[in-house]
Amino acid sequence: MSDTQKTVHLIVQRQDLPDSKPYTEEFVVPWSLGMNVVSALMAVQKTPVTKEGKKTKPVVFECNCLEEVCGACAMIINGVPRQACSCLVDSVTQPIRLAPLTKFPVVRDLMVDRQKMFDNLKKVQAWVTVDTMADLGPGPRMSRAQQEEVYPLSRCMTCGCCMEACPNFNDKSAFLGPAPVAQVHLMNQHPTGAMQKAGRLEALMGPGGIAGCGNAQNCVKVCPKSIPLTTSLAKLNRQVNKFALSQLFDK
Amino acid sequence: MKFIVIGGGAAGLMATLRIAELKQNVELFSLVPVKRSHTACAQGGINGAVNTKGQNDSPRQHFEDTILGGDFLANQPPVKAMCDAAPGLIHLLDRMGMMFTRTPEGLLDLRPFGGTKHIRTAFSGASTGQQLLYVLDEQVRRYEEQKLVTKHEHHEFIRLIIDDNGECRGIVAQNMYTMKMEAFAADGVIIASGGIGMVFGRSTNGTISTGSAASIAYQQGAVYGNGEFIQIHPTALPGEDKRRLMSESARGEGGRIWTMKDGKPWYFLEEWYPAYGNLVPRDIAARAIFKVCTEMGLGIDGQNLVNLDLTHLDPKEIDRKLGAIVEIYEKFVGENPRKVPMKIFPSMHYSMGGLWTDYGHMTNIPGLFAAGECDYMYHGANRLGGNSLLSATYSGMVVGPSAVNFAKDRGARKPLDPSVLQSAKEREEVVFENQLRMDGKENPFQIHREMGDWMTENVTIQRFNKKLQETDDKLTELQERWKRVGVSDSTNSQPNQVVMFTRQLWNMLELAKVITQGALRRNESRGGHFKPEFPERDDENWLKTTKATWSPDGPQFSYEAVDTSLIAPRARRYDVDNTKKSDAGQAAKGAK
Repeated sequence: MSDTQKTVHLIVQRQDLPDSKPYTEEFVVPWSLGMNVVSALMAVQKTPVTKEGKKTKPVVFECNCLEEVCGACAMIINGVPRQACSCLVDSVTQPIRLAPLTKFPVVRDLMVDRQKMFDNLKKVQAWVTVDTMADLGPGPRMSRAQQEEVYPLSRCMTCGCCMEACPNFNDKSAFLGPAPVAQVHLMNQHPTGAMQKAGRLEALMGPGGIAGCGNAQNCVKVCPKSIPLTTSLAKLNRQVNKFALSQLFDK
Repeated sequence: MKFIVIGGGAAGLMATLRIAELKQNVELFSLVPVKRSHTACAQGGINGAVNTKGQNDSPRQHFEDTILGGDFLANQPPVKAMCDAAPGLIHLLDRMGMMFTRTPEGLLDLRPFGGTKHIRTAFSGASTGQQLLYVLDEQVRRYEEQKLVTKHEHHEFIRLIIDDNGECRGIVAQNMYTMKMEAFAADGVIIASGGIGMVFGRSTNGTISTGSAASIAYQQGAVYGNGEFIQIHPTALPGEDKRRLMSESARGEGGRIWTMKDGKPWYFLEEWYPAYGNLVPRDIAARAIFKVCTEMGLGIDGQNLVNLDLTHLDPKEIDRKLGAIVEIYEKFVGENPRKVPMKIFPSMHYSMGGLWTDYGHMTNIPGLFAAGECDYMYHGANRLGGNSLLSATYSGMVVGPSAVNFAKDRGARKPLDPSVLQSAKEREEVVFENQLRMDGKENPFQIHREMGDWMTENVTIQRFNKKLQETDDKLTELQERWKRVGVSDSTNSQPNQVVMFTRQLWNMLELAKVITQGALRRNESRGGHFKPEFPERDDENWLKTTKATWSPDGPQFSYEAVDTSLIAPRARRYDVDNTKKSDAGQAAKGAK
């Protein structure tokens, strides 16, 4: 043990109101073994005093599961969008700079409103329609290979990191973003979902659809779950083209 | 008709779907976007006798295992109904597109789980809860598009609205973005608020699992059942911020628990429980690990840790079936469980107790229902792994139509006077304003820390009456100190997380009292409730459900008989195979 207590130095971008000006505050909190950015923020919450010793309001942020499954605590850490819970403080350079995701409206401090992601899941009809919840016996068989191909897509926690990194998802573009679009591939691969794929592919043909992807490949680099986003989008692109052609000839 | 559902995990979403399918409207309230609910953290699987392994498994066998696993404290008819419905429920989830892991034939794969000799647990890798939550979330979104469901995410449930006849007619909720208080009327209110891990400070639960919603209902007159029955999961990673679950599926797939003794690995569960080995029920595994570490001093390097070892398993199979938990371990510990045994210790995980309900999931307050982990119905004194996703979804299936039927019966009720809504809202606005002005010296996060430490130390694996009494005294002290809290943020129009937490903290303290006093009174050992001073199960005096009713002087207790009409209580032991009943009957004579 060293004589001096180890510490963690945070530089946090803060914002009091959705439309007010951001500012930064610095915090120094005691280090502990295995500490992550959420636990550092919890320490700030418990004792909201800045590095200079000034009392301040505790930093507002979202978290829940603390094991990178719920998607709540996404933020920008040292310039990279990621989950704060799985960011161990010893794995990044200090001071650790924290800022809210920029592609979503700020609610307060590090909390942003990601409603748009959930709305976009509606636009692409990301569900398998079941006729009734009555017990109709076993569902369709599905090969192990097919299940294993799309299972990673079903781990998307709608955290927004890919949306943050995507240069084509922004105020000026209608692109729905990598996460919601990739869900279409998941739904279309399910045996029942495949029967209902027309509606989803139609949604991807229109504005904001698959054509909005510029293949920058930023999304896969930041996805905390290593979801094969670009591969899925490429496969969907082929499906959409085929579907568009078939629609043309059927007319 | 319109129904309110509080909580968007498996139970709340399933309740919502069932009501929407009946073409009734649902207002769905959740602290978080429902897709972030704690159901996402369930890992190992969901039980149901779909019998794809040629073992002649049956709902009856599932029922028997569940009742024995719960040490005979659960009322048996609803447990039987759940086990009967389980295969159909799993098929429904599969039809909804849940990405279950498959056999080479494309059927649902199953894995072994604790407390049974039958392979009965359907799973999606090691992220089953996440996959289950997501398909329900998708179905709810479909009904949102049809305007049958309105979501109120980022809203906190504050108070029930109860009419002059004592019937629940709506709620007050607060928008967590704007802090605006709103009142909502409904023909029925369903609480599906999940677990209470935060009462124990650090647990396998997420930060939203405070039990606050259930506690509010309790403080307004809803009876809380079997509060003292808390599940300690044997295998979790200790951590400063939380205990991260390492699923029972790790042992289901062949993982072994061991520690060093006399210079060589000692597989103590396999030695002590030859019939079930590493797959004994959780209460038994947790007590064994606790004993090995704290009484025998044989934890790794003298610490409170033992090994959970996967290193003998095929790494490809580990990735295929356990990838999600291996990834958590790697990210948070930095070691590779394919090569180095994981180091684990038991942690608070689940509450078998919860709001008391009838078999239709209605509480003692007419019009108020409870489903999922926040109810007390299906697990008795100990829950079997894989039964929580089942009970959450199944209770959602039951409570939805049950609430609709209740409302139909009450069709002729006088509509709620709008002034009742208005005054309920105004009352809570005043309470909130007062909380904003709390300016004492006490720190709510410090009080929470102390509560969690005391509860974990004294009200988990081993319970001693003296310690329980001291804990109850400590809780009284903390409640007094709560009144002198100073909040560090007085913002009233933007998310004020300090005041929200302070409010939840009071509700946690109320539940902590129910748990602690319930444990203090129950002088026996049964399932997860273990008193070294009373090591035997005592059916003569304690085969009964604990019912706690709120009063200003603390919980008031009463008890009711358990319905054991279908399976006669017998000794519970796991050193012998329970499916061979004659053997178990003979061996039971000397059993503990």
